[in-house]
Amino acid sequence: MTLPLQDPQLAVDAEGQPSTRSGFFRTVLRERKAAVVGLSIIGFFVVLSIVAPYISPYSITQQTCAVYAPPSGVHWLGCDDGGIDMLSLLMQGGRISLVVGFAATLVAMIIGGGVGILSGYFSGWIDVGLMRITDYLLVIPDLVLMIVIADVWGASLFHVIIVIGILEWTSTARIIRAQVMSVRERVYVKRTRAMGASNARIIWKHILPQVGPLLIANTVLTIAIAIYLETALAFLGLEDPTVTTWGTILENAFQRTAISSGAWWAIVPAGLVIAAVIVGCFLFGQAVEDALNPRLKAANLSVRRWRLRPLVGRGPDAI
Amino acid sequence: MRSADYLLKRGFFALVTVFVAITINFFLFRVLPGSAVSDLSRVPKASPQLKHALTAEFGLDKPKWQQYLIYLRELFHGNMGISFVNQQPVSHLLIADLKNTIPMVTVGTVAAIVVGVATGVLSAWRRGTVPDHLSTNGAIFFYAFPTQWLGLMLLIIFAGTLPAAGMSDPFLFSAEPFWPHLVDIGKHMILPAATLMLTAYGSYTLVVRSSMLETLGEDYVLTARAKGLPDRRIVRRHAFRNALLPMVTLVALDLGYIVGGALLIEVIFSWPGIGLAMYDAIGQRDYPMLQGGFLILTLAVIILNFAADLIYFRLDPRISQ
Repeated sequence: MTLPLQDPQLAVDAEGQPSTRSGFFRTVLRERKAAVVGLSIIGFFVVLSIVAPYISPYSITQQTCAVYAPPSGVHWLGCDDGGIDMLSLLMQGGRISLVVGFAATLVAMIIGGGVGILSGYFSGWIDVGLMRITDYLLVIPDLVLMIVIADVWGASLFHVIIVIGILEWTSTARIIRAQVMSVRERVYVKRTRAMGASNARIIWKHILPQVGPLLIANTVLTIAIAIYLETALAFLGLEDPTVTTWGTILENAFQRTAISSGAWWAIVPAGLVIAAVIVGCFLFGQAVEDALNPRLKAANLSVRRWRLRPLVGRGPDAI
Repeated sequence: MRSADYLLKRGFFALVTVFVAITINFFLFRVLPGSAVSDLSRVPKASPQLKHALTAEFGLDKPKWQQYLIYLRELFHGNMGISFVNQQPVSHLLIADLKNTIPMVTVGTVAAIVVGVATGVLSAWRRGTVPDHLSTNGAIFFYAFPTQWLGLMLLIIFAGTLPAAGMSDPFLFSAEPFWPHLVDIGKHMILPAATLMLTAYGSYTLVVRSSMLETLGEDYVLTARAKGLPDRRIVRRHAFRNALLPMVTLVALDLGYIVGGALLIEVIFSWPGIGLAMYDAIGQRDYPMLQGGFLILTLAVIILNFAADLIYFRLDPRISQ
């Protein structure tokens, strides 16, 4: 149960691995403003979703004002076609949107992480087989396939989650696979194997912790995609008609002539909150991924080192 | 030798992907429990005649593997079934729709590439300055906005000034000569194509920016500077061209996303393309149309991907080694 190496310092030097996972994320949050902004946005919407039923000003099942009533002091964001308060709809719709985004991402990460680790760790025919499947799925247009599956299965929240989950794992699988292939070749993994550790133990104890941050970065990026896809499926009428999500709010507004009624308030806020969550996920996920990718950092450094910046300042004819 | 190998490999991959797509299509509609074509009771106005005709045509009473072979055979003859709604052959309907989709998607995508490359190069050059922040943040935001929402926004803003629905003015359609008709279609195309451009250009900006930064740090750029070449020449000839390589891959990878976005856009602007046809098919439970639409869009993406492979190979022969 002890580490195969006597000298822990040597292990760190030889592998050059980040110290600990929590330490890594603390560093990212300290050094990258984008990560803090992104995480705050995500955190804000998660908390808002949890407390939404208690703080939303009106019921979302009862008419509380006129049809397409414009924003006012009483209804800050106006009302929809059924006279339901938009702000309450947005707050409570966000709950389901986030649940769909998180749940679908969980499914996608289990498949994508699993495929990536198995494929990268075992190589050989397992790798070839799994990567072929991944490649084929990467090429097939995902939203179109989702529409077909969701329509054949019937519109329901559960189906939307599963459909997004089983199709959005491909890029994660490829990224994780590449990382696992490099971790597998590191000295400490080879030594562990020489000590007689089983494959399961090596994967669980040594590979998984190393790909953890990358998996988290991808999880966050996938949440953004899942939320985006949910709104798209909902817009096409493939979401459960009895639930309210940010996607169905947009669908209702489009179907029930919000535009010709001039009711911009039924459309604009929903898009802004969706975009805010997606940007939040994007900023955080990208910051973590950048911190893990030394190649990008080196390229930026070299630009600075070779003083190519003055090239920029030579006037507009530079291009 | 090697290049021939590479091309063969990619061609083979494209063919197998086509086959995979066809098989997925078959499984979804025939094999899954409650699947569509065999469960005709879910289709509105499904007459006994229609049921008989379909049973005979697709051999729905035969074992699944035989159905699969029949399905493949029919497909190779270009038979995608008959639309439940208007009893026309699906292939004819969809090819007519495809002719409307292609120009809109092409214009939108080309515009997205041009805008993405321009803003990406600008960002990389003015790295860390206000224009860089503006174009990077703008790219992230437009990338994050849901496609359908951007479309609706353009509708709200331009509904009075630009045509907002359809592909041409019905009153202008057959009576007018060629040019006014084309101009009319062009006007109708502005909003859908602009929406597509806005949703797609953001990722191009970010990738061009980082790839441009990377190339500006390469040794050959330094060498070019050391030779005393003028800056314009360095950037145009040495940095810019190499920085564009990843764009080919990205555009190919993005095709699926663009096709999905185009579908939403066609719904919003009632553009009579394949996306709108699939949307209508969802509402009317017209499964053959849905199936055919999926197949044609997937085939299009696969073919364009293969084309991108060829272009990339032409631009960068190193990949075959």
